[in-house]
Amino acid sequence: MSVLVFADSSEGKFKKSAFEVVSYGKRVAEQLGTTVAVVTINALDVSELYTYGAEKVLTVSNEQLKTFNAKGYTSVLQQAATAENASIVVLDSSINVLHVAPMLAVAMNAGYASNVVALPSEVAPFTIKRKAFSNKGFSNTVMNTENKIIGVAKNSYGVHENPVSGTSESFDVTLSESDFGVTSEKVEKASGKVTIADADTVVSAGRGLKGPENWAMIEELAEVLGAATACSKPVSDLGWRPHGEHVGQTGKPVASNLYIAIGISGAIQHLAGINASKVKVVINTDPEAPFFKAADYGIVGDAFEVVPVLIEKLKAFKAA
Amino acid sequence: MKILVCISHVPDTTSKINFTENDTQFDTNGVQFVINPYDEFSLTRAMWFKEKQGASVTVVNVGNATTEPTLRKALAIGADAAIRVNAAATDGLFVAKQLAEVVKNGGYDLVLTGRESIDYNGGMVPGMLASLVDFNFVNGCVGIEVDGTEVSLVREIDGGNETHASTLPMVVAGQKGIVEESDLRIPNMRGIMMARKKPLTVVEPLEIENATAAQSYEKPAPKGAVKLIAADNIDALIDLLHNEAKVI
Repeated sequence: MSVLVFADSSEGKFKKSAFEVVSYGKRVAEQLGTTVAVVTINALDVSELYTYGAEKVLTVSNEQLKTFNAKGYTSVLQQAATAENASIVVLDSSINVLHVAPMLAVAMNAGYASNVVALPSEVAPFTIKRKAFSNKGFSNTVMNTENKIIGVAKNSYGVHENPVSGTSESFDVTLSESDFGVTSEKVEKASGKVTIADADTVVSAGRGLKGPENWAMIEELAEVLGAATACSKPVSDLGWRPHGEHVGQTGKPVASNLYIAIGISGAIQHLAGINASKVKVVINTDPEAPFFKAADYGIVGDAFEVVPVLIEKLKAFKAA
Repeated sequence: MKILVCISHVPDTTSKINFTENDTQFDTNGVQFVINPYDEFSLTRAMWFKEKQGASVTVVNVGNATTEPTLRKALAIGADAAIRVNAAATDGLFVAKQLAEVVKNGGYDLVLTGRESIDYNGGMVPGMLASLVDFNFVNGCVGIEVDGTEVSLVREIDGGNETHASTLPMVVAGQKGIVEESDLRIPNMRGIMMARKKPLTVVEPLEIENATAAQSYEKPAPKGAVKLIAADNIDALIDLLHNEAKVI
């Protein structure tokens, strides 16, 4: 029995969540007194993973998987789990991996716990803490199955260094035609922009901005902070900003280190989607806005006065 | 085309979340239940296929009798028939296996679900179901067109969209975008009256052990009060974010 971690990569490079799940998998292996192996698909340089405890790395290179394919990825992970005799698979919570995890659970006849926020509190019975009720509660879940899949919630366990002298070996996989029942035809992606999923900081704005023409200062603030831009649901419904920027209950989830909400009142649906962020700052003219109850830092003031000053002061701070 | 829409019965978004019986049960006292918002987007797209392409639409839920009003609401919106699998939905793999049985027995071409439910947020039933019945699967779908057995889909990815081609039979997990918020339907009186006469079949579950079980629940630690900073003292905010919160 061992622990298998999937370190997902995008265009060959790892994201922070890959280091987070390797850190997590290493610690779970220690709890169980076993070893950890990490599998990668078309990653360019796996040596970074050793810093976080990856003792053994299986590298898969496959032309057919250059574009993401959920069933193909599932096959790879299943074959790696079998080869490593792994009964626990640790995954992150990126959009692609969330697509793969339930299929892998069936392939391995495994229980699957998603949105996991901490190491197992006990290993017998295997008990882990998950987020539930759209961040309004946690569930301590017992996993009864021999095989277990753990989906770690983004930015919940954190990245922990645990350097080892790891080794890597290439891992051959067999894919069949039936793995490609869904094919990718076209990918449209804004290039050079920080995505909400990857961002450490998210700058989000709402109807308080009065119109789409006023977003220049939001984009400038995001640029100064290296942040992604986001918006509230009314703003995307009004067509002021693209749907992909809508964060909240029915939009994208946010679990950044810093979330800055400008001119957003903080409806419960919005808060449900962004509550996993560590530090929340609100700027709003209305001191009664519900967001002030959910935020860590607040400024009661007019965004059109506060934000330009914040941009200038941050530029000076960054330059210093 | 025979469509099955999987419906989760969930607390309304604005519900207060509390736990009872020594924090082992979700407290349903005073909670209003609704069709899971993600499922409602998919149900609305199914209505479009019914009206434009002559599809039949059945809705299904795994739950005890208390979930029937939610199924009736789906019938009032326009679904033709409902199935309730008579079992408490407490584990994703358990629910997926129950739904797989319904799919196998019903000969459905397209199974539409929501991306996740807003109560347990597992996001796992659609993908598990697809694997169990060996259907093609697309998650996080924001657009779907069907022409014969050819299916064109758009999936949301980080920072953009990806277009896929596939074929029926399929399981597709939708979210906002598969229809717009403004397309959602409020049942009218005629729909509500008609829903009473539509078939709601109760089937008994397969006997399966739960793969996972919630042992207890917790609420998040209470949050400290917001620190207010004067609008003319931005330096203080930067100082707090740098030195106290350590996020810049």
